[in-house]
Amino acid sequence: MLEIKHAKPSIEEILNSGKFLVTGEIGPPKGSEITEMIHHIDLLKDKVHAMNITDNQSSVMRYPSLATAILIKERGGEPNLQVTCRDRNRLAIQADLLFAYTRGIRSVLCLTGDSIPVGDHKDAKPVFDIESVQLLHLIRTMEEGRDVGGNELNEPVKFFKGAIVTPEAQPIEPQLIKFEKKVEAGAQWFQTQAIYDMNNFEKFMKFARKYPVKIQAGLVLLVGAGMAKYMNANVPGVFVPDELIQEMASSEKGKAIDTGIRIMARQIKQIREYGLADGVHIMAIGKEDLVPKILEEAEIDISEL
Amino acid sequence: MIITRQKPFESILKELEGSSRVFLVGCGECATLCETGGTEQVKEMADALTKNGKEVTGSIVLEVGCHELDAKKDFRAHKKEIESADALLIMSCGAGCQAARDATEKPVFPANDTLFLGNVMRYGQFEEKCRLCGECVLDLTGGICPVTRCHKGILNGPCGGTNNGKCEVDPENDCAWTLIYQQLEREGKLEKMKEYRPPKNWNAVVKPGKHVIERKKGGDSDA
Repeated sequence: MLEIKHAKPSIEEILNSGKFLVTGEIGPPKGSEITEMIHHIDLLKDKVHAMNITDNQSSVMRYPSLATAILIKERGGEPNLQVTCRDRNRLAIQADLLFAYTRGIRSVLCLTGDSIPVGDHKDAKPVFDIESVQLLHLIRTMEEGRDVGGNELNEPVKFFKGAIVTPEAQPIEPQLIKFEKKVEAGAQWFQTQAIYDMNNFEKFMKFARKYPVKIQAGLVLLVGAGMAKYMNANVPGVFVPDELIQEMASSEKGKAIDTGIRIMARQIKQIREYGLADGVHIMAIGKEDLVPKILEEAEIDISEL
Repeated sequence: MIITRQKPFESILKELEGSSRVFLVGCGECATLCETGGTEQVKEMADALTKNGKEVTGSIVLEVGCHELDAKKDFRAHKKEIESADALLIMSCGAGCQAARDATEKPVFPANDTLFLGNVMRYGQFEEKCRLCGECVLDLTGGICPVTRCHKGILNGPCGGTNNGKCEVDPENDCAWTLIYQQLEREGKLEKMKEYRPPKNWNAVVKPGKHVIERKKGGDSDA
């Protein structure tokens, strides 16, 4: 077995130590120019415990998540590899996981993936050979030393297995059944879809706390009142309450982003102070530069947690 | 039934470039109901082709376009018209087009695109409810197929794109997993939804599919 040096503690170690887990997100670019992405990695690697890397996010072809995860590792950060089932069948996914494991990737976030028609290769064949629950189960099988074909692996893998849940999905009951199935299939921690309504989130957490898993609240930075309204109308499972839309709308001209930062910082504080969740996952979508500022306003310094 | 849609007429003309004499073949079953290969459409096609300088040597609407033995038999009855044609234009589904392929040595061209196995919702309206996956799961899902009716074919519950009972990919479509949940709840069988469904065997029917009905020996089957 290869000896791998880890510069940072793993997500599992952070959560098990009872620390408030703070993660960010890296969205790989379209093309081979990765200087800006490396800049974001360097900017975030000591500010957050780990970074998610999106996997052809929104079905748009980009620089690969696995390569980015390794890059993060090489630069002394901790990656959280997102794996979707849209572009690879079970053979390809398992091969990627073997590769990831040998390169020191310790956390995998298991997703089904967006549908092909929302992306930029609308004629592509959607794979979906397996889906998120089956992916979690597949990793557990590999951890037991077998592939999903039932064949022995010469050495098993080991990952901290993550999943996602949409607390604002309508109707919520089928979503909660799926949450339970993900737990049973091996999910050890969850990141939620973007949440904005803390009362609704608290209700969801009452349900989630019955299960032996850790939960990170997913937070997406608001950049304007228009974005909030757009998400309410067009993004299923995302609900921005009226008072936040008004708060965004009442920003001074050109200062909406500051209001967005203030809202997110306030929510991070609230979640941490009241123990609403075990951590936060910050999605600044294209504005990764602002994450240090958000954390500063939220009074979070991971070296002091 | 197999749902078909006629190709744009310009595409059909392009297919027939270099074939000045054409024999038309329709289908009395699915393509008739889809209005892509019934008697009326075959006649309209003959008129349109004639207007565009083609000579239509003859036409036939097969009783069942994908019945290979019958197609051969019916083609023999139109031997002369087919022999004098440069090509055959097949106004049925892809299966019908290939039944014609094996019934003549002449070039065959499709007039239609073949869309899916469809249920008739009302006259002229069709919806896909079965993907012919070879391993039916309807016993587990309240009689609603997630392989077909969930855009991603998910077997273990709704994705995050479920939207007040609709699918984010097409708001006209119901979220199959919302329907399944509602049906299983009515039946008092929600535990079926909670059970883990392993990865599907996508090769339950190895492509291309073949099937022979096994006859009991000494039985009274009239096969």
